[in-house]
Amino acid sequence: MSTLHTVNKSPFERSALQACLGHAQASDSVLLIEDAVMAALSGNAFAAKLADAGQSVKLFVLGPDLKARGLDPAKVASGITVIDYDGFVDLAAENSTIHSWL
Amino acid sequence: MKFGILVNEGPYNHQASDSAYRFAKAALDKGHEIYRVFFYYDGVLNATKHSEPPSDDRNVIKNWQKLAEDHKVDLVVCVAAGLRRGIVEDSLAPGFRISGLGQLIEAGIQADRMVTFGD
Amino acid sequence: MGEDMEEEYEGGVVKKFMFVNRKAPYGTIYALEVLEMVLISAAFDQDVHIAFLDDGIYQIKKGQDTKELGMKNFSPTYRALEGYDIEKLFVERESLEERGLTEDDLLVPVEVISRAEMGELMAGMDVVLTA
Repeated sequence: MSTLHTVNKSPFERSALQACLGHAQASDSVLLIEDAVMAALSGNAFAAKLADAGQSVKLFVLGPDLKARGLDPAKVASGITVIDYDGFVDLAAENSTIHSWL
Repeated sequence: MKFGILVNEGPYNHQASDSAYRFAKAALDKGHEIYRVFFYYDGVLNATKHSEPPSDDRNVIKNWQKLAEDHKVDLVVCVAAGLRRGIVEDSLAPGFRISGLGQLIEAGIQADRMVTFGD
Repeated sequence: MGEDMEEEYEGGVVKKFMFVNRKAPYGTIYALEVLEMVLISAAFDQDVHIAFLDDGIYQIKKGQDTKELGMKNFSPTYRALEGYDIEKLFVERESLEERGLTEDDLLVPVEVISRAEMGELMAGMDVVLTA
């Protein structure tokens, strides 16, 4: 049983991403959507924490939300996979539970 | 896969309703089923028939209506949350229906996956 | 509070539900409306768990006095949960400690568990509802 965690708020605005990473289990998936996507860019202040988490969970970021905010998917940190809504649906289907950290 | 979707926020103020809609649409296009979309908390505001957004941007309410129309998606508005926020039978846009919180719990039981979109 | 309380569920499927509370009461409506949702869930004979972590622990803090805000103090309702057979309430220890609170500050009996244990508990749920 694995969980897909979604986080929709920037770690600079909310503690949701921090809380999510503090509870996610090994081989869970974490998907950044909406305002959380900026955390996926390499070199941001949260990048190290994410990279650390990426040792045990699978990290994803929603491409359409990156593009909307003028963020280049090519600048996403290695270890984080850019997906679209189709990929989001697949992740939701593949994991047995979805936990949205708000 | 049968998906249940919970929408916690109203249209435009938060991206939640848009994200939920895009997820639902992608799921349907992939051949999945949407068991129910439940609108709770400010999410009930997605059901208003009085919304007149500027025409050069998406119409969040109409997006949901089209989904209901094209795919018979069950769009349910919580009666108690609706009453608090002035969303009642008379204010409903076609395609939405008002019911109790039990419909949300039931969706959790009957659907294979439950996805929440909120603030 | 709560409509359709007589609506009995006869489907037979029992899933593990978890309601996750991370926000303080009164600043937003989520605490109250999640509680209403929890009460409704009682009619469905599911395996209901309620988690309080981060600022969500304030929802069950003793001594709430809302008179000067003119808002309803709904915290006594948490004590009614037991009567609905909803007894699996979990509070995260680190969240209490970070806020200088102890189990004695809470108005209902809960099981205090560590962050690590909370993560494991969450991992075993079928349906997780958050607000």
